[in-house]
Parts: sequence; structure tokens; C-alpha cells
Amino acid sequence: MLETKKQTSIVQWYKSGEPWIWFNAGAVTICVLTVVGLLFLLAVRGFGHFWPTDILEATYTAPDNLQQQIKLIGEISEHQTVSIEQLQSAGLNIKQIDHISPFLTRYLVKVGNRDITGKDFTWVLEPFLENVQRPKELVVIERKEWGNFYGRVIGLQSAGENKWQASAEAPFDITTNTLYQELLSRAQKLTQDIADIEKVEISAINHNLERLRLRQRKAELDYGAPLPADHVELKEINSEKAVLEARYEELQKSLAQLYEAIARDTLVTQTSDGTTANISFAKIVHILQPNKMSLAAKTQSYLQQFWLFLTEEPREANTEGGIFPAIFGTVMMVLLMSIIVTPFGVIAAVYLHEYAKQGIVTRLIRIAVNNLAGVPSIVYGVFGLGFFVYFIGAGIDKIFFPEVLPAPTFGTPGLLWASLTLALLTLPVVIVATEEGLARIPRSVREGSLALGATKAETLWQVVIPMASPAMMTGLILAVARAAGEVAPLMLVGVVKLAPSLPINGNYPFVHLDQKFMHLGFHIYDVGFQSPNVEAARPLVYATSLLLVLIIAILNFSAVSMRNHLREKYKALES
Amino acid sequence: MIKTNNSMTADITEVTQQPISTRPDVASLRGKSSAARLEQREICLEVKNLNLYYNFDTQALFNVNLPIHKHAVTAFIGPSGCGKSTLLRCINRMNDLVDGCRIEGEILLDGENIFRPGIEITDLRRRVGMVFQKPNPFPKTIYENVAYGLRIQGVTRKRVLDDVVEKSLVQAALWDEVKDRLHENALGLSGGQQQRLVIARAVAVEPEVLLLDEPASALDPISTLKIEELIDSLKDQYTIAIVTHNMQQAARVSDYTAFMYLGKLIEFGSTETLFTNPQHKQTEDYITGRYG
Repeated sequence: MLETKKQTSIVQWYKSGEPWIWFNAGAVTICVLTVVGLLFLLAVRGFGHFWPTDILEATYTAPDNLQQQIKLIGEISEHQTVSIEQLQSAGLNIKQIDHISPFLTRYLVKVGNRDITGKDFTWVLEPFLENVQRPKELVVIERKEWGNFYGRVIGLQSAGENKWQASAEAPFDITTNTLYQELLSRAQKLTQDIADIEKVEISAINHNLERLRLRQRKAELDYGAPLPADHVELKEINSEKAVLEARYEELQKSLAQLYEAIARDTLVTQTSDGTTANISFAKIVHILQPNKMSLAAKTQSYLQQFWLFLTEEPREANTEGGIFPAIFGTVMMVLLMSIIVTPFGVIAAVYLHEYAKQGIVTRLIRIAVNNLAGVPSIVYGVFGLGFFVYFIGAGIDKIFFPEVLPAPTFGTPGLLWASLTLALLTLPVVIVATEEGLARIPRSVREGSLALGATKAETLWQVVIPMASPAMMTGLILAVARAAGEVAPLMLVGVVKLAPSLPINGNYPFVHLDQKFMHLGFHIYDVGFQSPNVEAARPLVYATSLLLVLIIAILNFSAVSMRNHLREKYKALES
Repeated sequence: MIKTNNSMTADITEVTQQPISTRPDVASLRGKSSAARLEQREICLEVKNLNLYYNFDTQALFNVNLPIHKHAVTAFIGPSGCGKSTLLRCINRMNDLVDGCRIEGEILLDGENIFRPGIEITDLRRRVGMVFQKPNPFPKTIYENVAYGLRIQGVTRKRVLDDVVEKSLVQAALWDEVKDRLHENALGLSGGQQQRLVIARAVAVEPEVLLLDEPASALDPISTLKIEELIDSLKDQYTIAIVTHNMQQAARVSDYTAFMYLGKLIEFGSTETLFTNPQHKQTEDYITGRYG
């Protein structure tokens, strides 16, 4: 009796549809967990990069030569469990294997000092590591070249003289050593001055000189021949040139002085095996003593490093430094793309839905538009290159910038062409979303407007399109989501590994749509796969990926909130 | 001539407390005795030999001839599907929006045929306003709804717009209820208020004719009464044509009535005559409720 009852209830349970509900909920949960898990992985791997980890000092016995012992100073970057067989088949001849278990841990230690030892990282096997300590005076110095330095600071020199030396009772301490802090702030100020002169003033002079050259060339083209010496225009140009060149001479002199001044102070350092090295204050980005730092200090350092990551320019072939130009380029491109795609998409949708006769031609156009959404994005890149860059760009150059030729202005990949290409890519999405929005507007409102004596165009622009604006925002959101992640077409039409300046800067005409720019997606590819030091760069890849996701999320949220605001305005009639 | 809202409310409560069968019609509330004047009114619109075809061959109106008198209310009554709304929509050429609709015949507005090629449709629709069955205010503020027609015509001066908005809302008996919230969303009003707003919107452009397509059928009885009073007050300024499936409403509100059946105009005459002494049997059967 009992068994049949149970059977019936299982069958009933299945028929009631409940397993289907569980199945659906399970699918949604898996999706959400996947997304959250991805973000979590990116966050831990990426943002963990900025946390100041302890520096270890240990003695390492080489596994294949038990007599050889070296001192190591560095950070543990990764650990793995490997089997002895694996290592042996890789060529490592481990001695005394009967004293160790068949599976052991090995650590990837970042030892830095690439200028001295030639490698940044080294693998060590855990059983061969002894006497692991965390002395408080160990420093990690992030430098402008050659990556990090790990070791001790044993002295400060200024103009070749020893101004301070470390001792056993008074080791180097960045928080209490006033001389060090003084010298560091001086060096930082000088660096800032040098940057101001180089990046701002000299750059402006160069830019203006180039403009003068182009002005002269344009005058020559108009005149038909090289200008005679007494030509008015030529005299003006030459006098302006003289002013600029004089200023340039001045700046060069100041710059030489600054370079000389900044080279005055050095840190005397000692590596793990006792070698002494001098590090100039000019080359220091920042110094930390993580073994001494409290949690609060570490948190502060973390936030500071993160902020620098967001606002600085990249160094060392994009493997160090910040990613600000990439963020700026991505955001600028997405905004420009939105400005281009929205009017075109909306107007095309309005025409297709309101004005075009709904016959076979309109149906074909709609099918074509929908298919446009399925074209692979690299094909768009090729189209953008061939049509926009080489055809239209070259045409623009011939008409508007003949004096720059044969160097191209718009006849080369740049911000404008990249935005146009992506606008083309996302156009179908906007058109479809807008058409759907227009279709949902009830006839009664249109008839009400027409019955008052409005023309069809007036009805559209004053009543219908405002009511369809939430749908248009939806289209824009989808467009931004799609375009912000596309990298392949951009590689052909405007993105570069390293752009010398931002597309918006202080040089006339201030917005340079013909300039190449940096992009977060391409930056990820470049840092992750094209950099000379992949291990060092990997955390940056994670951090940049997470940042890209966050930026797209921010753009989406702002668009969604705008759409919600619009929906509130028009809600009652939408149902 | 325009009653203020307060006295209308008093009338309404007084009237709604009486049993329905003994309620006087709205016309008698005003002590009107203009029945004698009806025959002398001039004709504003004339429908001549109107035939209408949907999908190019399904005929919906068969040779309709009727006059619409100035400053009077003409009601179109008849069972569902008899073509009264279709006829009404012809008068301001709203049937042009329907694909495949073909019209033969003429409608003369002050002597001019509105189907003449070359006529400015927007001008026609300004002169002949329309109010639909379901209130359709725009999702804008109350002020902007009423001012819409004027803005379309290019009026932008705030003083002028303010004046016209107030005047129209007063005419529509809505001013007292909304004067403090002119810049709130119109969709926040109740159904009856929305319909009065739509009427205000229609009269703001100063039309000559107002076409009302079952204006009160979607509203509750109190709002219906308000609308009927409104129609009575508007008729001094505008010519009104109203389509209604509610015979008693036609009897209450209109001066002339046209009875239609299956696309044909069966009978047209003054309301008193048609309801008390109909000439055709079909009319009598419909009025007495033999079919509906």
C-alpha cells in the first residue's frame, strides 16, 4: 500500500510542474553564479596586485646541487603543487628525493632586480627553502625602468657624498628617516617640473612649429611655387618661428639643469647576496617596507596604488604604470559612437516604420538591417579600413589638408573612423529597438494629435518620438554594451599600443579626431600576450579586464537610469 | 452664457438624486424653448451623396445625405456597426489614415467640398475638431496638452498661451479642478477629467465644428452628466455633431438626430420629431427598443 502511494505522489509531483520550476531556478542560479564568480576571480587576481605583500628572506638550497646555497629576497607571487616526476621529466635532477614526499609545493617568487640578475621571477621548491624570515627593514622599490628592486637600503648619497648610512641599531625606515623623505620629495618635485616642461610646454612648441610649417606649405601651394623672401606671409611665419625657437632654447636649458639636479641624489642598496647598487632618486616611483606596515597603512597604500593605476600613463611597454589613456580612449570612443549612432538609427527606424510603404522593398530593407547585426565584427573593421580610411579619409586629405600630404591626416586610422565603424556595427540594434518602441505607441494618441490639425511630422516629433524615447534608450544601451567590448575591428581602424597623447589635449584644435588612441580591450590583449614579461603583467591583465567590465557597467547604469526616468514620464500610456 | 462649475455641481447632485425616469433632460434645466428656432438655423456642413468603401470594395456608407446645422447639436444614432462613427470620421477626413479607404461624394463645409484635391488638411482639421471615445491626452502636462494645438500653429508667446489655456479649461468646465496643478502630468487625472481636458484641447484652437465620437461611453454617470452639460454650453459657440449609442443621451442633448442603419441614413429630423413621431418603422422599432 505504502509504495504505490509514493509512486503516485512522484508522478503527481512531476505533473504539477514543480520540477520544471526547480530546473528554471537552477539555470538562473548557475548563470548568476557564473557571472559573480567571474567578477570575483578578476577582482581577486587583479586587484590583489596592489596589496603590499610581505617580503621574505630565505636560504635556498639548489635541488640539483645540495652544496649550493643562495639567499633569496622577494615576494611569493604564486604557488603550485607538483609531483617529483613532473619536475624530473622537465629536466630537474632532484637530489635526496627519498627524504621528500612525492608531491611538493613550489613557489613563484618575484625577486625583481632584473637589471642585476636578468630575470624577474624564479621558481623555488618548498622543501629546499630554509630559514624563512621577514626582516622589517626589507624594501621593495618600484622603479621607472627594470621593474622592482628587493633588498635593503644601506645608505643615502648626495652629490657623491655619503649623507647617511644604515647600522644594525638604526636600519633604514622610510617613516622616520627625514633626510630620505626630504630627498624623495625634492626628486618628485623635479620630476613634476621636468614633466611639465616636456609634456606641456615643449609639446605645445612642437605643435605650433608644425602648424607654422603647414601654414607655409599651404601658402606655397596657393602661390604655386616656393615663397620669395620678401613675401608677407613668409615674413610673419619666420618671425613666429623665431620666437618659438628661442623659447625652445630656453626650455632646453632649463631642462638640462633640471636633469642635472635630479641626478644628484642616490640610494645605496644591497641585494640578497650582498651586491651593492646605486639607485638614483630620479628613477624611483615609490618605496615600501611592507613587513613593517600595519593593516591601515597597507590599506592606504593599496588605495593609493589603485588610484595611480587609474590615473597614470603606462610604462615599460604597458607592463607597468597606469591605464588612464586606455580608459580615456575607450570612454571617448563609446561616447562618440553613441552620438553618431543614435540620430542615424532613430531616423532610419522612424522612416521604416512611419513613412515607408509597407511593401516588399521595406521588408527586404528590414531583413538586410537585421542581417547586418550578424556580420562578424572584423569584417566591419576591414570595411572601415577600406572605405572610411582609404577612400573617404584620403578624399578629405586631398581637399582639406593638402599641405600635410604625403603624410595623412584623416587618411589613416583614427578616433573618428573607429567610432564610425562601431556606429555601423551597432546600427541594427538601435533601429530594431526604436521600431519596436514606435510600434507600441497606441493609435489613439497619434489620431488625437492629427485631429488637432498637426501634420504627420509634427505628430511624430512632438508626441510619438518622445513617447518612444525609453525604447530608444534601450537600443542605445544595447549598442554601448556591444560596442564597448569589440576589439577586433578597432585594431584595424584606430587603436594603438601606445599613443603619445590623449585625443583631447591643450593643443589647438583641442579635439583631435584624426589621432590614434588607446583602448582597454586592446590593452588587455597587448599586455596579456604581447608583452615581454608575461608573468609580471598577468595581474595587470586581470585588473584591466575588471576595469573594462566596471566601465561598461557604469555606462549601462547611467543609460538605464535615464531610461527609467523617461519611462516614469510616459508610463501610463505604455501599458 | 457659460455656467460656472459650482452651479453645475449643484444641479448635478440635485438631478442625480431623482429617479432616472423622472429626470428632466438637460435642455429643460435651462428653460430652453428654442424648438421653434430650429428650422431657421443655417447649415454649416452638408453631406452630399456620400459613399465609402473599405478595402476598395466593401461598402460601408450608402449614399448619405444630411445637413448639419450651425450652433446646434446633431446626434447620430443607430445600432452597432451602422456606420455612424465612419460618417463622423469622414467629416474631418480621419478616414484618410485608413489604407484602402475610398470615398465618393462630397461634404461641403461652408460651401467648400473638403475632398477637393489641393485642400489643406491640417487647416480642415483645425476647423473641425474631434474628441474620441477613449480619452487620449498626451503624456505631457495639462498646460501643454491644451496648448498643443496652438504651439503647432506657431503661437509661442506665453501670455497668449496662458490666456487661451485658461479660457479653454473654463469652457470645458475643468478650470477650477486643475488650476493649481497645470504643470502636472495629464495622465494623473481621472477618466472624466481627461475627457474634459481633451475637449478643452479641442476648443483651444477655436474650431467651427466639434465632432464627438461617443465621448461619454467610457465614463461613469456623473462624468457623463458633466459632459452633457458641457455640450449644451458649448453649442452656442460651436457646431456639434455627436455619435452616441445611448438613445436617451441623444434625446437629452441634441437638437437634430440622424438615425442610421447598416450604412444608410434612414431618417433625419429634429430630435423632438424623431423621438416622438418617427416616420419610418425601422426608426420606431429602434427607439422603442425592439432591436439594438
